[in-house]
Amino acid sequence: MAGAEIRNYTMNFGPQHPAAHGVLRLVLELDGEVVVRADPHVGLLHRATEKLAESKPFNQSIGYMDRLDYVSMMCNEHGYVRAIEKLTRIEAPIRAQYIRTMFDEITRILNHLMWIGSNALDLGAMAVFLYAFREREELMDCYEAVSGARMHATYYRPGGVYRDLPDRMPQYRESPWHKGKDLKRLNAWREGSMLDFLDAFTDDFPRRVAEYEELLTTNRIWKQRTVGIGVVSPEQALAWSMSGPMLRGSGIEWDLRKKQPYAAYADVDFDIPVGANGDCYDRYLVRVEEMRQSNRIIKQCVAWLRQNPGPVIVDNFKVAPPARAEMKRDMEALIHHFKLFTEGYCVPAGEAYAAVEAPKGEFGVYLVSDGANKPFRLKVRAPGFPHLSSMDEIVKGHMLPDVVAMIGTYDIVFGEIDR
Amino acid sequence: MHADLMLVVWPLAKILAIVLPLVVTVAMYSYWERKVIGWMHVRMGPNKIGPWGLLQAFADVFKLLFKEIVVPTNADKPLFFLAPLLAVVPAFAAWAVIPFDQGVVLANLNIGLLYLLAMTSMGVYGIILAGWASNSRYALLGAMRSAAQVVSYEIAMGMALVCVLVLAGTLNLTDIVNAQAGSKGLLDWFWLPLLPMFVVYFVSGVAETNRAPFDVAEGESEIVAGFHVEYSGAAFAVFFLAEYANMILISFLASVMFLGGWLSPFPASWGVLGAGGWWWLFVKAFLFAFMYLWFRATFPRYRYDQIMRLGWKVFIPITIVWVLVAGCMKYFGWVTVGA
Repeated sequence: MAGAEIRNYTMNFGPQHPAAHGVLRLVLELDGEVVVRADPHVGLLHRATEKLAESKPFNQSIGYMDRLDYVSMMCNEHGYVRAIEKLTRIEAPIRAQYIRTMFDEITRILNHLMWIGSNALDLGAMAVFLYAFREREELMDCYEAVSGARMHATYYRPGGVYRDLPDRMPQYRESPWHKGKDLKRLNAWREGSMLDFLDAFTDDFPRRVAEYEELLTTNRIWKQRTVGIGVVSPEQALAWSMSGPMLRGSGIEWDLRKKQPYAAYADVDFDIPVGANGDCYDRYLVRVEEMRQSNRIIKQCVAWLRQNPGPVIVDNFKVAPPARAEMKRDMEALIHHFKLFTEGYCVPAGEAYAAVEAPKGEFGVYLVSDGANKPFRLKVRAPGFPHLSSMDEIVKGHMLPDVVAMIGTYDIVFGEIDR
Repeated sequence: MHADLMLVVWPLAKILAIVLPLVVTVAMYSYWERKVIGWMHVRMGPNKIGPWGLLQAFADVFKLLFKEIVVPTNADKPLFFLAPLLAVVPAFAAWAVIPFDQGVVLANLNIGLLYLLAMTSMGVYGIILAGWASNSRYALLGAMRSAAQVVSYEIAMGMALVCVLVLAGTLNLTDIVNAQAGSKGLLDWFWLPLLPMFVVYFVSGVAETNRAPFDVAEGESEIVAGFHVEYSGAAFAVFFLAEYANMILISFLASVMFLGGWLSPFPASWGVLGAGGWWWLFVKAFLFAFMYLWFRATFPRYRYDQIMRLGWKVFIPITIVWVLVAGCMKYFGWVTVGA
């Protein structure tokens, strides 16, 4: 057919697409099913978090951090409160550090459960998604028990955490859906304190991880879909400033929890899993192993927290609210409370960068203060953004279903990318 | 005059006697699918409409019938509406030659097997036309995938049936079942001498009906709904009907070809248990239909080029080799055929 022009096919993948993980708009140029160019568009979930933070006292922006990466809520809070702590030079009590470590790891498991479920669902394996959500529900209950909210906890505060762990784990009530034996099984772990509950959970969890692995790790179809797909070389990973499992999947042993320990990470024992080939399968294995390691850390924290009662927030009314009872009889305390929740506190002028190893990678907060009660500038370093920007280079030459596999292992959440 | 009328009415009655139960079975099968997958996923599945959610499927049917059929502006309208018909007509027509019991068959064709192959291959035109006529990129991708996939698995499936044909020595489905009769019950059926073909046939059947793990033509997480992404309301319902009728058809065919149709799995000397009957066929077909759901609940989805590789590089060579093996079996009399 002389004269006929053969053109590539441009396809809009998202923002309304079951595998777009929120609002990713990916403009794909396809040659048949082979991707010639992938152009990710961002910004559809932009909520101006950084700008909003400039208009509020420091302690009122903690809740916004939950909403950045809304599947690893407390890790985001951790980054933010650490930046404030760095500037104000306060340090959380040791018990608070352990509680933070424990909840960072609970969050990591929450995030990885969400990831393994959605990644498997993207590749067609439905069951894993629902199994993962079953365990997620248990951990969500821990969030709720400790903060009253299942997701957006606002539990970490500059100088510690909002309150100590509850002595009693909430139980299921009888309902048409939970009754009889089923109810008894659900409540079996919830007879004691939250630490008892976590003990039971951590004992059980490795078995659950084995269950997910049974469905995927040695499954021929799963391996065909992930081995050799989306290979990120160590050089590429560094050049694109990747972090977290994306970096470790490529064989670079970099984990802020080990390299720049914060909270109580220096005192707990855990390993960093590292991949070899940098493909989707290695990243899958790395994340699955991370779930096991997180489980180990939680276990150690639970044991420590049982032994060591103590304060969970600094005894400094300039940054932490006084106890309720004290406010009823002490004028000074009442004034502190009022000042703290209206004006907030002034942070010494200066700048600080604090980073935590969030489940997706390095989550950093860069804070500039001019000495006022509001930040002069807040910059959030979200791990997902550099990952997503490498999309074109990584998926070029792959097929359309591999793009879906790749989006899955990027573990992108638009809350943090668009901010 | 009266006789002429009966010539029309009697076949029509027989057709209805197959089609109506089939439509109800499709409805209940979709309910059963959601229920089974629900159990496998530690959730409940439909449980609100009717006792245990039994009426869910009918509620869905009525919802779909009353919904507006949205036709995309740039769609080719005649083809857009022709496509679902092209999908559903062969899916139902193929049932004409299925023997439910000794002598219980709408058309006892002596070329039944050929007729079946023709009918099951026709279904793909509906899918291709749907993808083309929708004038949507997602739909076109789905149609292309489906065309390539169905055409290649058709070959493996056909070759697997050639083995059955070689052993049975007939194209008539009733005779194929009778060729599997014997004193040893299930050990006389064709699944044993043709074990690899039995597996290849059912897997190809799953691929042919575009079901998980070969559901790339719909590929929910890749191309959203593939070829029927632009279809809504009754037009979508027709595609749905065709897909499920085909699944049930493949389940029946696998039972007829390899598991001795209505024959009892037990030796004839076992009395009531040893007697053949339509119920055996239904039990066998139910097992296959259940496997479809089981696959869907557990397996990840293949990539489309990997499906091609499996079809062309694994299944087709195996079937070709086994045609020779089956020929030898027949020639040297290694298997006893027929009672």
